[in-house]
Amino acid sequence: MSRQSEFAQAILNPDLPVPEGLQNPEGAPAGKRFSVYRNNVAVSLSEALEVTFPVIRKLVGDEFFKAMAGVFLRQHQPNSPVLMFYGAEMPAFLEGFEPVAHLGYLPDIARIELALCRSYHAADTPPLDPTALQAIAPDDLLKTRLHLAPPVHLVHSKWPVGSIFHANSSGDTPPTEMHPEDILITRPEFDPQVTVLPSGAGAFIAALIDNATLGDALKQATITSGDFDLTETLGLLLSAGAITKISKGT
Amino acid sequence: MLDTTGTPPQTLPNAPGVGYKPQHFAAIMEDPAPVEWLEIHAENYMGDGGRPLAQLRHLAERFPISVHGVGLSIGGADPLDTDHLKRLKHLCDWLNPASFSEHLAWSTHEGFYLNDLIALPYTEETVTRVADHVAQVQDILGRKMLLENPSSYLAFAESTYSETDFLTEVVARTGCGLLLDINNVFISATNQKTGAIDYIDAFPLDHVGEFHLGGHDQDTDDTGAPLLIDSHGREVADPVWALFDYTLSKTGARPALIEWDANVPEWPELAAEAARAATILQKAPA
Repeated sequence: MSRQSEFAQAILNPDLPVPEGLQNPEGAPAGKRFSVYRNNVAVSLSEALEVTFPVIRKLVGDEFFKAMAGVFLRQHQPNSPVLMFYGAEMPAFLEGFEPVAHLGYLPDIARIELALCRSYHAADTPPLDPTALQAIAPDDLLKTRLHLAPPVHLVHSKWPVGSIFHANSSGDTPPTEMHPEDILITRPEFDPQVTVLPSGAGAFIAALIDNATLGDALKQATITSGDFDLTETLGLLLSAGAITKISKGT
Repeated sequence: MLDTTGTPPQTLPNAPGVGYKPQHFAAIMEDPAPVEWLEIHAENYMGDGGRPLAQLRHLAERFPISVHGVGLSIGGADPLDTDHLKRLKHLCDWLNPASFSEHLAWSTHEGFYLNDLIALPYTEETVTRVADHVAQVQDILGRKMLLENPSSYLAFAESTYSETDFLTEVVARTGCGLLLDINNVFISATNQKTGAIDYIDAFPLDHVGEFHLGGHDQDTDDTGAPLLIDSHGREVADPVWALFDYTLSKTGARPALIEWDANVPEWPELAAEAARAATILQKAPA
């Protein structure tokens, strides 16, 4: 094993011995001095996860989160020095992490927090002027495609994760019963917003993300929901600056 | 060796700078004194847009910016991460910073990033590797870089170079400059029971383009010997200020940065540290 392989493994696994040839000033084994690296790596990666997952941390408690982060970071080291995107494996990790098996909504909360992080750092694009939509003849409108801004993300959940998210980030009343929610993340200027979508809007926006025409997206929404409101959903997208471009469908 | 004839006109002033923290944006835009330049960690500005890049654009209109990489793993045994080099080049091409610096350390192994600046032994093999990597960085970025001395907690039995000889050799082979972290010198000297003054006296000071000044924590090793930890989480310690004063008596004033990355204080406290650096810089020989 190479020197750095041995070093890296010993940093991540405190049960492994300190690599040979690391010394204190008297030439004796380095001992606790090596622990500085173990501590720095574990603490700094754990702190990076705290930055990305504040609501998960609030839901499970600080002490539990730290312990869980310690397990996570030993299974999933960052694959890039750009730590703002560290933790992409968190939803899948939570799905398989036995101690939180009773909190079925946690993976989707993690999906929201990852989407917020990506949204925060996404490219800036000028929003579409709402009058551009009004300028299109009604017959042509259903053939157009709406292009969504890079900070826009969608999370489907069988849990009321948007309501749980708001209750644990802005002090809203927590949901009293379990129900599915579709969550839209937008970034009107610099601060990403979490919106619980009205009925059918999740299917509609998912179709837009898949590059469907407005007509096909509308079909998807009405199949999903009997009371989908196109005007309300378009208004929501436009006011959040979520649409950047409109193009004629072919 | 890098052709430096095309270096950008803007340089860091021989004055205090601080490591930029977003919570200080408004205070800095209102009254930055005595801070004259800012340093950013490159990796925090590698998104595609949003507030971080918008703030940086505003700051760069008013201040010389130093881009300080923390994740390139120049001392790594693996080849440099070409994706990361591209991200660095993209940032430097966009920002045209007054300086780019990185560390004599490694942090990535077999594709995994450990987010710490890990020491390496100083041998023929590692000096060749580090010099090759520094040359590659300079070649791709099209600019001279500064290489920073690390803080060390332990020694490698296989080392054959002193750290100062190692850095001197990398400079000779690549034409790079050096970032001299005075706090790291003090930490390493304390932890290795060597002389901080001796280190400064042996350092190739002519090549120093920037100083770092930061705070450290105090611990002890298994034998009860002092073990200082490079935490950047408090004010600069008095012996580090004294060592800075001594070093400036030999170099004259150079750009000097206050690094405060953990337990970040309110702006006035950070500005007061910069003022302390300014006082020492002003009485340094021209």
